Amino acid sequence: MLQGLPILSLVIWLPIAFGILVLFVGKDRDPAPARWIALAGSLLGLFVCFPLWTGFDRVATMQFVENVPWIAHFNINYHLGVDGISMPLILLNSFMTVLVVIAHWEVITDKVAQYLAAFLIMSGLINGVFASLDAVVFYVFFEAMLIPMFLIIGVWGGPNRVYAAVKFFLYTLLGSLLMLAAFIYLYQQTNGSFEILDFHQVPLTLTAQVLIFLAMFMSFAVKVPMWPVHTWLPDAHVEAPTGGSVILAAITLKIGGYGFVRFNLPIAPDASHLLDGFMITLSLIAVVYIGLVALVQSDMKKLIAYSSISHMGFVTLGLFIFNGEGMLGALMQMISHGFVSAALFLCVGVLYDRVHSRQIADYGGVANTMPVFAAFFVLFAMANSGLPGTSGFVGEFTVILGTMKVSFWYTFLAATTLIFGAAYTLWMIKRVVYGAVANEHVAALKDVGKRELVFLALLAIAVLAMGLDPRPLSDVMNPTIQELLRHVAQPKI
Amino acid sequence: MIPLNHYLVLSALVFAVSVVGIFLNRKNLIILLMAIELMLLAVNMNFIAFSHQLADLSGQVFVFFILTVAAAESAIGLAILVALFRNLKSINVDDLGSLKG
Amino acid sequence: MDLMTLSLIAAFAPLVGAILAGFLGWKLGRAFAHTVTIASVAISFVASVMAFQQVAAGARLDAEVYTWLAGDGWRLQVGFLVDKLTVTMMTVVTFVSLMVHVYTIGYMADDPGYQRFFAYISLFTFSMMMLVMANNFVQLFFGWEAVGLVSYLLIGFWFTRPTAIYANLKAFLVNRVGDFGFLLGIAILFAQFGAVTGGLDYAPIFAEAPKFAAKLVQVVPGVNWSLMSVVCICLFVGAMGKSAQFPLHVWLPDSMEGPTPISALIHAATMVTAGIFMVARMSPLFELSETARSFVVVIGAITCFFMALIAITQYDIKRVVAYSTLSQLGYMTMALGASAYSVAIFHLMTHAFFKAVLFLGAGSVIIALHHEQDMRKMGGLARYMPITFWTVVIGAFANAGIPPFSGFFSKDSIIEALAASHVPGAGFAYALALAAVFVGGLYSFRLVFMTFLGKERFETHLNHADHAEHGREHGGSGAEEPGHKEMHGKPHESPWVVTLPLILLAIPSVVIGAMTIEPMLYGGWFDGAISKTETMEELAREFHGWGAMVLHSVATVPFWLAIAGAATAWFFFIYRPELAAVARKKFGVLVTILDRKYGFDDFNDWFFAGGARKVGTGLWSWGDRTIIDGIMVNGTARVIGMFASFARGMQTGYIYTYAFTMILGVFAFLTFFLFYLRKL
Repeated sequence: MLQGLPILSLVIWLPIAFGILVLFVGKDRDPAPARWIALAGSLLGLFVCFPLWTGFDRVATMQFVENVPWIAHFNINYHLGVDGISMPLILLNSFMTVLVVIAHWEVITDKVAQYLAAFLIMSGLINGVFASLDAVVFYVFFEAMLIPMFLIIGVWGGPNRVYAAVKFFLYTLLGSLLMLAAFIYLYQQTNGSFEILDFHQVPLTLTAQVLIFLAMFMSFAVKVPMWPVHTWLPDAHVEAPTGGSVILAAITLKIGGYGFVRFNLPIAPDASHLLDGFMITLSLIAVVYIGLVALVQSDMKKLIAYSSISHMGFVTLGLFIFNGEGMLGALMQMISHGFVSAALFLCVGVLYDRVHSRQIADYGGVANTMPVFAAFFVLFAMANSGLPGTSGFVGEFTVILGTMKVSFWYTFLAATTLIFGAAYTLWMIKRVVYGAVANEHVAALKDVGKRELVFLALLAIAVLAMGLDPRPLSDVMNPTIQELLRHVAQPKI
Repeated sequence: MIPLNHYLVLSALVFAVSVVGIFLNRKNLIILLMAIELMLLAVNMNFIAFSHQLADLSGQVFVFFILTVAAAESAIGLAILVALFRNLKSINVDDLGSLKG
Repeated sequence: MDLMTLSLIAAFAPLVGAILAGFLGWKLGRAFAHTVTIASVAISFVASVMAFQQVAAGARLDAEVYTWLAGDGWRLQVGFLVDKLTVTMMTVVTFVSLMVHVYTIGYMADDPGYQRFFAYISLFTFSMMMLVMANNFVQLFFGWEAVGLVSYLLIGFWFTRPTAIYANLKAFLVNRVGDFGFLLGIAILFAQFGAVTGGLDYAPIFAEAPKFAAKLVQVVPGVNWSLMSVVCICLFVGAMGKSAQFPLHVWLPDSMEGPTPISALIHAATMVTAGIFMVARMSPLFELSETARSFVVVIGAITCFFMALIAITQYDIKRVVAYSTLSQLGYMTMALGASAYSVAIFHLMTHAFFKAVLFLGAGSVIIALHHEQDMRKMGGLARYMPITFWTVVIGAFANAGIPPFSGFFSKDSIIEALAASHVPGAGFAYALALAAVFVGGLYSFRLVFMTFLGKERFETHLNHADHAEHGREHGGSGAEEPGHKEMHGKPHESPWVVTLPLILLAIPSVVIGAMTIEPMLYGGWFDGAISKTETMEELAREFHGWGAMVLHSVATVPFWLAIAGAATAWFFFIYRPELAAVARKKFGVLVTILDRKYGFDDFNDWFFAGGARKVGTGLWSWGDRTIIDGIMVNGTARVIGMFASFARGMQTGYIYTYAFTMILGVFAFLTFFLFYLRKL
């Protein structure tokens, strides 16, 4: 049906076009048209992603490639393509955009059109990040994506939003400038090519590789975020509106993991092997240290933010143990964390919309007044603590299997997430959901409405489906993973 | 015949006086304008001395230009000064620190 | 029907029931919820029995249902292994579950969460079936955690009670500690065998394992450990969590906060025995490591004896039964350690029946007394509730191991197995097991005497205020359950939905031991499912039929120890009840230690829960906020700020400063040009 269409371009530019349209249509007095157009745009954006799934050949090569000269003088091309790693992330992003549009409906009443436009434009830009095969195009999308997120936190955020937005922006920008320098160095080494795939092939000395690795590490480690450059995340999450938190946790963190897979590992394989102990150490610190920190948070969003960092530790751990199980687990964890963290943030959002507090202490006994919501919240909490049958288990389990091939003690530390993850998530559930009705705010709570039911149910289905049958996803990823591992195993010096 | 050196020394002295006049003067903006004029005068003197020495008239042509521009400049400068005085009731240099960082 | 279809029906019928009851129950009402779930579990039971017949006739199933996840050279699948061990478990689980479903109609009649409860217990049945029917470690782990989840939900069923939600969190976390070890064990198996077996299916791993028997690994650098010992101990840590073995036993007594039917089903008959089942299933691995078996037998012995002691001092009827469950689980674990796997499963089966009877009987008493759980407020109930009385007496006889009740056969076999075993620690375990027999007789009959015989201590005209007061007095353990009426008149026998399951469970509690001991232990029933061991061969040599065993027992120590325990109970609680208090005073220190449960709860709360929070707070306020955010992030900002405030000092705003700087600049440049550039 869509044969011959530039699908990736559509995936990128359709949401952006709709975003601009929403910006023009939207009026402050009557936000309804803007809302419906945004919903249509996000649904259409998801719809044009379907051919990516159905038409995807389960092989390692880049597919749906588009290549048009852009700045011919510097040999910069508008070069797009996806493989088994980026394609699922594009689907995830488009799916989340729909949820965010549904979730905003009765919540955001101020500057609605601008809010929606920011999300739609960001959705397109993030798709661009995942789809671009040219370093400059990647960089442009990578940086441009910060702007809508900066605005979302800074305009629609909480009381301390400006501090959080600036912290978020500076952190991410600082890292990416070093990455640009690395790109330019690689441009010279490849004799004038910004093709990422050429970067993969170019031979480099070990010193150059280490420097490139570190430059890119700065950029992606901030995104993931890895310990110790993680402190922007809790602040950003606490201040961001629900939709912002959802995209931040579900998608933008994945860009960090994706960057490691797309750039660090294949461009600097020898450096990756050299520095794997460093990466694994940081990942394990993230799992254990952050797990403990999450335990004592009194703010629900902060708790989930810390839990995100801890879970993303599994991603970086899986990537740097260099085996198929670890890498598959890492990628699975990225997708799963997208669903689960988004779901948890939406759950907190549902409560926040009613009580206007994120403090755990302000709740208690929510299950009495919101039984349906409580069921969803407990389900997602279980997924967050990695219960088998939910998506959260797939990645963690596979990473643990892979890690054991490397070291018992790495696995030992990583597996503590089984205890810590359950402890912080379920302790929060105990204090928020269970118990007697704590105060009159909780007593006055209304259970979820139809709109909220829609997005919670969609996420619940996604979480369970991925937990019970992750194979379709792994079939897409596996060829690419094997090709990548083969590539990383060959020295490039 | 007075040698070139004397002219150059004089003009350097005049220039030095004007420089000192600029950064030691903390009182009056008019003195500042005068110091600038003095500085241009020193430059002009150099031009003329070299023009005579090298028997090249273009140096003196420059001087005419400089004099013209200097006249225009002091006219504008005085106009600004008057405007400033009307607004601030002062032309004291120490009062004009609004560029302070 | 072929075995695969039967297995699918047996496993998934309860899931369908749970989904229907869970999603439609609130709309279609109570009758719908219990009808649909009971029907689904009945279907599952029938399918299990049919599978049992087929397997007994020699069939066996080891097949994949679907591939769950695959990678380069490895595949993890969901599949069923139905052999004699599995069908035994399936039949026991579905039968007890069915009984509990029926019982629940009566027990939960007034509860507003009726439909939810039925959905949960059906979901539990499904999870348990997935666990026992797994043919691979992934599905085993799925079932393992899923039963943990349902247990969590059910312990916290009355989620408004603070004690209940404390207990369910505790249960889940302690289980997670066990699962942590279990997962490590699975991961080691995958890492070591994955290359050969290409996954985590039982069959290839069991086939490969003997080749690794002599393999050493260095977990701690410089120290060589046997690979199989490490694997088996890790796996057993999982069993310790699920089967509540010392020191991970702490969750089980607290789990009594849940409604009584689930105490019977989950926390006595089925879920807690999952660890026993798992070790029996892994017998080919455990047979390769004497170290691991030694560990198992010692842990089992400690649990068996010391938990039985606590049961003597408890007054909450459910907690007495809970501690007795811990002790019985200890017996099973000892049997596993002594390589008598089939004896452990045998005891698991008999225990499932008689412990379900005890729990459901206790529940029946609790209903009759309108949710009074304190045994000091019972007594003399035999007159009013004869069916409950007699079934509980049967349960107590079986629990104490008095012939010819079912518990006798299994318990006696375990003690003999310990005597026959050569594993290090078996002697220690044998001594503790004998001591536990005495204690077992004591607490079992203490329960019967205090509850059903002696003076009537209950108040017949409790009004509501008194009731609430009792609840407060006993810190929730005896607290009022929601939605019931106060007591009017004498207690009376429970309705038929309660007594019928009691009777149906009491029958096997009496006869199942005598009926099945010969085929199950010595008839080769478990051949192919559980490893044959020397211990079992030795037991077989001494076995001459159940009748002979009963007759012989009269001349053995355990029998007289059990009788002595029962007699002691009679002496203290019927003959001279006033002496009980005296004894309590006399052994004050000991009683306090037992009352405090050896201080485990306090220690865990203080050390693990408190410690983790302290460390977390420390890391957060020091690591994140002070060092990273304070010094590194905001510190950078401050340094930049300091530099900027220095730089802005140069910006005076006065024209003469600028002029001066300019001139200095000109001089600097001139000097540079004249003296440096000219030289180039």
